[in-house]
Amino acid sequence: MDGLQQFFDAYQTTIGFIGLNAMLALSVWLTLYTGQLTLGNAAFAGIAAYGSALLTMKAGYPFPLALACGALLAAAVSLPLGATVFRLRGVYLAIATLAFGEVVRVAILAIPITGRGQGLVGIPPKTELWHIFASLLVIAYVCARLRISTVGRAWAAIREDELAAASQGIPVRRYKLAAFVLGALIAGWAGGLGAHFDFAIQPDEFGFARAVQILVFAVVGGIPNVFGPILGALLFTALPAVLQPLQEYRDIFQGVILVLVIVYLPRGLATLLELRRTARLRTVGAEDVA
Amino acid sequence: MADQIYNAVFIGSIYALFALGFTLVFSVLDILNLAHPALFTLGAFTALFAMQQGVPAALAVLVAFVVCGAAGVILDRVAFAPLRRRNAPPLSAMISSIGVSLILIRLIQLQYGPDLQAYPAGALPAAVFSVGGLELDTLRTVIIGLAIGLMLALTYLVRSTRLGRELRALAENPRAARLLGIDVDRAIAATFFLSAGLGGIAGALYGFATNSPFSQMGQSFELKAFSVMIVGGMGSIPGAVLGAYLLSFGEIASLTFLPSELRDAFAFGLLFVVLLVRPRGILGQRDVDRV
Repeated sequence: MDGLQQFFDAYQTTIGFIGLNAMLALSVWLTLYTGQLTLGNAAFAGIAAYGSALLTMKAGYPFPLALACGALLAAAVSLPLGATVFRLRGVYLAIATLAFGEVVRVAILAIPITGRGQGLVGIPPKTELWHIFASLLVIAYVCARLRISTVGRAWAAIREDELAAASQGIPVRRYKLAAFVLGALIAGWAGGLGAHFDFAIQPDEFGFARAVQILVFAVVGGIPNVFGPILGALLFTALPAVLQPLQEYRDIFQGVILVLVIVYLPRGLATLLELRRTARLRTVGAEDVA
Repeated sequence: MADQIYNAVFIGSIYALFALGFTLVFSVLDILNLAHPALFTLGAFTALFAMQQGVPAALAVLVAFVVCGAAGVILDRVAFAPLRRRNAPPLSAMISSIGVSLILIRLIQLQYGPDLQAYPAGALPAAVFSVGGLELDTLRTVIIGLAIGLMLALTYLVRSTRLGRELRALAENPRAARLLGIDVDRAIAATFFLSAGLGGIAGALYGFATNSPFSQMGQSFELKAFSVMIVGGMGSIPGAVLGAYLLSFGEIASLTFLPSELRDAFAFGLLFVVLLVRPRGILGQRDVDRV
């Protein structure tokens, strides 16, 4: 038991980041499941992180209220943004959301109250591990339920063929926007939790590199179901800690894994979990039913 | 004032060289190659390595072109070709190129560390000459000339040679190109060689001009290149050149009314506005994939 406690203490930060990253991965999963590539979620996390941290530090808001305000702020920003950028598709959409993310990063650098380049330091560490994992559980459950609901089917239809979906009477723009705003809300919640978990935040934590990292979690994990993004976040957050002794070669391992997964597991790591089921179904010739 | 214009021309030339390679792969294969900044960095360090072995600077640029070109072809075989064979979505190629980029940057760091490096003393021309009272240094002027020459050469290659025709056919429709007897695999390899080679030259030249190559030097160019490509028109070669100079002049001009740490805001603000107002860009011809 002592050994377990020690392990837990030593890796507490890593464990917390696994949960936070899993939430961020799920936030981008929503739009990816709809077939839309957006890279704004790091910025939404940043908006909420700064918003909620400033509320607890400067305005004395209670922690849960500050978290909620931060997440709602991110969602409120995402609504007009989504309404404009969803005129675009494919790389254009990705680059537009990316540009938005950079504008947010530069804006944070420009506003004095955020501490600019030095970052915001001395955020009260209110986030407990159970906050993170309870949130993750709720978010994962909501996403999983949404996936098999009417909304989820509409998202899948849009992903497979937008025109066909529209001709079936699915309001395509509205459903895309819903995925985007919900994603921003989740990213915002994770951002607020992260800010109060980490003592300090810096604008660079929410830039291009972070946006790409979140995308990697989700895509390498796999888009078909909600376990994929969680698995991806787990792997790519735990791996650097596990490979600590090999620090110099860490990026090389990560890079190789990234390429191997994309090349050999097109549907992501989560397909590893599915393999056994499809194999069994194949023997009874029921694959199409599944 | 003239000084600032000279600066804008210089940095615009580097933007253009960088973005040309980026846009070439995108226009032919619809891939956003996120390893391009790593190839840019590789170019600067290949030149450094060559010059440490006593190779003159001009030849080192050529070495960077060839080495990066070859690296680009390998990149395609490893990270993109398997995905192409099974018709994977463009997103997969993008992620796979991120993996290669991580590996490449780390390999460079293992050799040279994360810090600023310098080219061997005396290996780069340091002479300064003046034209009409304006102080110009030889190095930057040569770089500008070389960059413009390369842009013209690439335009000629794509417009007027057999390879260029093949590339344009491939960009239009890979299946039809194959049916017409075009060696598609060879054309793709050529695309990657040219793209990565140009990226490598851009890296070497920028490394020379700053004389401080470092392992993350490609990063800021990556984001700027998005801006350049979108503003000029995604996949358009003259568009990338126009976008590059528009951006560099705009940035320098914006410094007069923006504090210097907000310089980057100009690039992304411009990018955002162009995407919303005219997503196909200034010189973009084909219809943007939009709803």
